[in-house]
Amino acid sequence: MNNTKLSFSSKIYIALIIFFLYAPIVVMALFSFNSTPSTYIFSEFSTKWWSEMLHNSAAMQALKSTILLAVVSAVVSTVMGTLAAVGIYNYTNKRLKSVVMSVTNIPMMNPEIVTGISMMLLFVFSAHLLNKANALNFWSLLIAHVTFCLPYVILNVLPKLRQFDINIYEAAVDLGCKPVNAFFKVVMPNITSGIITGLVMSFTLSLDDFIISYFTSGPSFQTLPIYIFSLTKKRVKPDMYALSTLMFVVILVLLILLNVAQNKAQKGKSEKK
Amino acid sequence: MRVLKKSFIFLLCLILTFGCFVLTAGAEDEYFTDEQIEYYKNLGLQGTSVNVYNWGDYISDGSDGSMDVVSEFERLTGANVNYTNFESNENMYSKLVGGGVSYDVITPSDYMIQRLIDENMLLEINWDNVPNEALIADEYKNLFFDPEQKYSLCFNSCSTVLIYNTALVDEEVTSWEVLWDEQYRDKVLMFNNSRDAFAIAQAVLGQDFNTTDEQDWIEAAELLAEQKDAVNPVYVMDEVFNLMESGEYAFATYYAGDYELMVENNEDLDYCFPEEGVNIFYDAFCIPTCAQNKAGAEAFINFMHEPQVAFENTEYIYYACPNTEVMEDEESSVYGSEAVYPEELPNPQYFENLPQNILELQATLWTSVKSGNLSVKSAKMNERIYIEFSVLIGITVIGVGAKLISDKRKSKFEDLSDLYVK
Repeated sequence: MNNTKLSFSSKIYIALIIFFLYAPIVVMALFSFNSTPSTYIFSEFSTKWWSEMLHNSAAMQALKSTILLAVVSAVVSTVMGTLAAVGIYNYTNKRLKSVVMSVTNIPMMNPEIVTGISMMLLFVFSAHLLNKANALNFWSLLIAHVTFCLPYVILNVLPKLRQFDINIYEAAVDLGCKPVNAFFKVVMPNITSGIITGLVMSFTLSLDDFIISYFTSGPSFQTLPIYIFSLTKKRVKPDMYALSTLMFVVILVLLILLNVAQNKAQKGKSEKK
Repeated sequence: MRVLKKSFIFLLCLILTFGCFVLTAGAEDEYFTDEQIEYYKNLGLQGTSVNVYNWGDYISDGSDGSMDVVSEFERLTGANVNYTNFESNENMYSKLVGGGVSYDVITPSDYMIQRLIDENMLLEINWDNVPNEALIADEYKNLFFDPEQKYSLCFNSCSTVLIYNTALVDEEVTSWEVLWDEQYRDKVLMFNNSRDAFAIAQAVLGQDFNTTDEQDWIEAAELLAEQKDAVNPVYVMDEVFNLMESGEYAFATYYAGDYELMVENNEDLDYCFPEEGVNIFYDAFCIPTCAQNKAGAEAFINFMHEPQVAFENTEYIYYACPNTEVMEDEESSVYGSEAVYPEELPNPQYFENLPQNILELQATLWTSVKSGNLSVKSAKMNERIYIEFSVLIGITVIGVGAKLISDKRKSKFEDLSDLYVK
């Protein structure tokens, strides 16, 4: 592969792609600094909407709820997904393994509206059986989010497990290490990158999910996409732009940090070799 | 790792500064008299939670220095309010019917309240717990959807209106029919809401907005389809604010209070109540049967009609408030506004609950209008769907069959070549 062949046209192509991907976000960030609520005319630079955003208690509450839900569901689904991936990897019965893999893929392939409605019906029905009044609350949302995040974690960890050489683990156990300790000391460091990718992916999916959250949320817990969707009768104020820009910047910074850390780790590995 | 550490510390500092911002941002004004504070403190709602389900952006929320109504209620009563939002009456209804939820206060529109009363989904309000009911003007009591004033208390009211940009429109506007005028092609904004859009067509045809005659609805749909051909309107809801203020569009149909909000940003705009008739709607507080905290619900409804709170809400929402203290308050931004508090409206009509077959017909007609499908006969649509589906299956079958045949041919060819190689 001749790397000097990055022609002028491919540079233009890359620039165009990046432009199309990020232009909406740049425009939104630009208009969050607008002094009037218009999205057509940029009148004056002002940080009015940024301070307004902090005063909008409903949006702030929705943001806190969304982030809390995303973090908890990412952690729960990563733990469950990693354990599941290890279990699936160790299956000897091939047919059972393929059946379990197909079942795992169902929440991913299912249209979100089907998942959302079926989960809502399930929660209402079980609450009716158990005679509880509030079926749809934080826990129903959490269960729904973990359900659709799980396949992504499993699909990220399994390939890493396959790449890993099982003989190292068996050597560790032979040398007297307890299996649990061997797992944490020998297997985990090698599959960490898969786990981290699964964690970040579940966090992102949970953060921006709308349809499933809409059906399984109740009176006590509202996520940010639902709040923004309810603004369709009155206008969406630019403090929402400020909020979205803030979320974008935070996630961008996190991803950059992640990338830098991974690069350093890889550099360290190649230097050792 | 040092980069990582440094950046983490930087992030932490960012979060802490934002936190300080939030703490210092809440400089409290005292809005309430001592009597009001005592009244709410003695209700005994401390520690309970009240679930409120309201339209989006339909309460004064503390922006621009206004009162944060929900926080003030929590402060005065000690209760915890779970404030969630919905965007349409129908979605609110399906949440209630779906079950598993317990909302204490909901704010549906008139026809939806009628439906909820008919289906026994509302609790009667105990007016002893809502003394501010006395502040409601008589013309907003005993309304058509709740004639005995047992289940609801009016929150606000508004009417639909035709907004136009005087810079783009030279003639005098008096009728809805101007929305069918071809010279305004691509410059018209219509309601993206089936009931409101149909009401405009029904007004032009002189029909009753609540007609149960299916032929009437089909005629109205055909009129809307003609409009799509002639003028190609854009169906919007909240986008109408930006689009009209930018001055690009000549006409918009929206609600009168929102016209007042728009005209503050673009002085070229003007409004008219067309002579064929407009729709007046009422949004009211109700307590559904699934409520768990009825006392909290009644306290919240009472609080929303405290004069200070109703004033702040009206300043934020810009719709007509039924509270006499606000109607007579000259400081209110909508005081004396002809759009919000009109003297007389030509031929106003109200939406009532429609029977199920009409609702389904309306939904089908609306999708066919918006998709540009002029034929509203379902048989034709079904035929088209069958034909398209069978063509798709035919192509798939032929494609798969061709692939299988070519694969077999290739494998046969390879078998023979094996023979020769050996």
